[in-house]
Amino acid sequence: MVEFSLPKNSVLKKGKEFPAAKGVVNIRRFEVYRWDPDLGENPRIDGYDIDMDNCGPMVLDAIIKIKNEIDTSLTFRRSCREGVCGSCSMNVNGKNTLACIKAIEDYDGTIKIFPLPHMDVIKDLVADMTNFYAQYYSIKPWIDTQTPAPDRERLQSKEERKKLDGLYECVLCACCSAGCPSYWWNSDKYLGPAVLLQASRWLEDSRDENTGERLDELEDPYKLYRCHTIMNCTDTCPKGLNPAKAIADIKKMMVVRQQG
Amino acid sequence: MDLQTPLAKVRGLGSAKAGTHHFWMQRITAISLIPLSFWMVSFTRQLLTASHSEMVVWLAAPVDTSIAIAWIIAAFYHAALGLQVVIEDYVHSEWLKITSIWLMKLTFFFFALATIVAIFRISLQG
Repeated sequence: MVEFSLPKNSVLKKGKEFPAAKGVVNIRRFEVYRWDPDLGENPRIDGYDIDMDNCGPMVLDAIIKIKNEIDTSLTFRRSCREGVCGSCSMNVNGKNTLACIKAIEDYDGTIKIFPLPHMDVIKDLVADMTNFYAQYYSIKPWIDTQTPAPDRERLQSKEERKKLDGLYECVLCACCSAGCPSYWWNSDKYLGPAVLLQASRWLEDSRDENTGERLDELEDPYKLYRCHTIMNCTDTCPKGLNPAKAIADIKKMMVVRQQG
Repeated sequence: MDLQTPLAKVRGLGSAKAGTHHFWMQRITAISLIPLSFWMVSFTRQLLTASHSEMVVWLAAPVDTSIAIAWIIAAFYHAALGLQVVIEDYVHSEWLKITSIWLMKLTFFFFALATIVAIFRISLQG
């Protein structure tokens, strides 16, 4: 059954405090979720007072500053620092986002940083993406054709290419999936908004010849139809995409092929 | 010990090849219930003031009998489809899920049947 309360070993405790150096005036407080599997302790919240006069503008800049200058044990993923790689997805003040493209000034007061919700935590802000990536692989995110490959690139009209806009930009950060209550309850069977948006990307691709088989695979009460149009995915997507619409388009395709 | 690969877990037993019919019927019944419920509201409003014999005569009219039965079928069907989703969402033990879904469906089927029989009895007496 669904668990509505945290298990005992996940209950948060108050952690260490890292006050700002004397003389610092422009201070911003960050509270960060910390958990180390090697310690065998409950997760804790560490507090860091950051000197904003010597810190970059984005949430990720503050986290990197903590790691570089205050507490080297803090663990998180990051790479491109410009919203392209999707590595630094985390929960900031209750909403999943990419820390690298979220400005600190967008928030008032203390900034609370947690790993993506309802995913196993490997350490600190690093969520376990194993199931998510396996789900992505399961929808075969590559072109599938019967026609022998042409000698040059596969042609696509401008109108056909336009159908991929709003889909191809997804960086698979998993903010949407980790923000979806339906995915929280049934992530073992429900593919979740990110993977379904990717499925839609291949269903919409005019060059792909496997649409029917792709729909066959999604024709399932859990894989696709656990989406209850809650819309958290669209609300939280740091890239401004609309996974809810992509899922609705897949459902529309399903209905058209049965009723049409 | 669990040594299954993540992909094997995700692919599981494969697609159930079902879901669209459920999704579509939930919407069809929802839309059907909009006009049917206008009738139901007017029926309930009359119940408050009319006498028993007036109600029997009213319900016995072929159009009203048909709409009453249509409302019952749409409402119970829609409710069963909705509750099925709730059970599938929150009950994760397979045997408990299958049992509770079918118990719920059979209960709703019986309620719908009993209601339709009651409407026919009134209708035929009227």
